Amino acid sequence: MQSVPMEFYLIVSGVIFTIGTIGVLTRRNAIIIFMSIELMLNSVNLTFVAFSAFLGDIAGQIFVFFIMAVAAGEATIGLAIVLALFRKKQTVYVDEANSIKW
Amino acid sequence: MSLLYFFFAILSILAIASAIITITSKNPVRSAFALVVHFFMLAGLYLTLNAQFVAVIQVLVYAGAIMVLVIFVIMLLNLTDEKRLNEKFNFRIILAILFGIAFVAQIAFISFAKNPLNVNLHQNSATIGTAQSIGTALYTNYLVPFEVVGILLVVAIIGAIVLAKRKVN
Repeated sequence: MQSVPMEFYLIVSGVIFTIGTIGVLTRRNAIIIFMSIELMLNSVNLTFVAFSAFLGDIAGQIFVFFIMAVAAGEATIGLAIVLALFRKKQTVYVDEANSIKW
Repeated sequence: MSLLYFFFAILSILAIASAIITITSKNPVRSAFALVVHFFMLAGLYLTLNAQFVAVIQVLVYAGAIMVLVIFVIMLLNLTDEKRLNEKFNFRIILAILFGIAFVAQIAFISFAKNPLNVNLHQNSATIGTAQSIGTALYTNYLVPFEVVGILLVVAIIGAIVLAKRKVN
């Protein structure tokens, strides 16, 4: 079955991963850092699905299923931590949450 | 053939653009909605790879569940726009940009230095993306990881309740 070459998928995935990394490194808002982590997870999913479709191996799509389950768990825990942080410090900026830094 | 390239270009450009909006906009609600667009575009890319089940799950789990949770928390916290980064954070921006350039260069090198990869999807790709084949694999070869993921989700629910619970005096 004809398709776009595989390199294109890998490049798009790499670009999205890089954007996610830049978001984690440059933003202060914990929720946006969290969304950048979701971007990185999604770019990895795209790589997995591309390899799975081009090599005809189902393991990649099974992995994507597990990554999504882990991402859902991470979303609940991460947002609960953000809520607890906001309740304690009235902020979601990660550079103001520095009470165990010395 | 050229239609494939057309759809791929539209989907990937929109995906990258919405990812950029997600990390650059000051208002968290705008980032969240850009991220929803991004998830839909990725679901479209999965469909071009014949991964129907993953595409549907992408929309249901990410755009449906996770982003609703994120938007709930943003609304609950009543955040204002983020101020500019402090001066002391400048080195992190430089580090991030250097890291990004290095990473993209690496990927372009790996992709174009070798012989071109396949332009054809594997002949089985239409059948392995269906819910039936993924369900069969999940309940046979991958049964133990599947059960462990169930335990993980229970632990995540309990952890979220414990973390977000208000202390009772």
